[in-house]
Amino acid sequence: MSSHEIVGYILICIGAVFDFFGCMGLVRLPDVYNRLQAATKCVTLGTIFILVGAAVATATPAIAIKAILCALFILITSPTGAHALARGSYLSGVKLWDKSVTNKFEQRAEEIKKSYSGEAK
Amino acid sequence: MRKVTLIILGFIIWFLLVWPFDPVTKALDLESTIIGLVVAIFVGLLLGDRIPAKLSPGTVIKRIFWLIVYVPMFLWYVLLANLDVVYRVIHPDMPIHPGIVKVKTSLKSTPGRVMLANSITLTPGTLTVDITDDGYLYIHWINVKSDDIEQATHHIVSRFEPVLRRIFE
Repeated sequence: MSSHEIVGYILICIGAVFDFFGCMGLVRLPDVYNRLQAATKCVTLGTIFILVGAAVATATPAIAIKAILCALFILITSPTGAHALARGSYLSGVKLWDKSVTNKFEQRAEEIKKSYSGEAK
Repeated sequence: MRKVTLIILGFIIWFLLVWPFDPVTKALDLESTIIGLVVAIFVGLLLGDRIPAKLSPGTVIKRIFWLIVYVPMFLWYVLLANLDVVYRVIHPDMPIHPGIVKVKTSLKSTPGRVMLANSITLTPGTLTVDITDDGYLYIHWINVKSDDIEQATHHIVSRFEPVLRRIFE
């Protein structure tokens, strides 16, 4: 096995470990928003590690360039998706965890809901 | 001019993604290249006026310089964020004090705000929930240190804002 393959497989293993912790966060953390935090951060970095690992391990331009571009797209789209999910779940009535310390979004959410129901009429 | 820029950019990205070379003979696949070019021209003509107006070369170089500064800093915070999540998830007591706080940004441009929101989501313990037109962001914070707007802004926004302002404004 050549050295770039070894480096690539090590990167893929690191990525898999981060993905694993992200999934563990999904199981252990109490509510949608905390779970989104774990899922977004760990799965983004884990997937990027796996893609970069694949690029290094194969070392063929066709695959490496695709993997790097996909990593860039994931870096941009994954937080945007998480943001949309968090906002959407709050507006559709998913409550914060009981032990949450503060919630500044309550008032704003009411305003958004009102503006939506206004448009519906 | 902007349309031409977008056509060239779109064609380059398409070319890199598809890589239209025959795996055995290494010859360029002319048919799919022409199709790619046609689609790039179509998209460029359709959406060319969406990209920002022309900037002076000095501004562009300055912005690219700050972008190069920003990327390693951002990746470093992404790594920290992941170690933070790993620590909270494997800790037996799960040390979390979650809540939604409100912070203020002074960035005006839309791409700047988008980048700020995305950066906040990928950095330790914070997730952007909503943004208002007058520059307030609602952040879900896994370990709330302060629910005061000023304090929270200092903790969450201040590390990215100066660099992003230099890139986008």
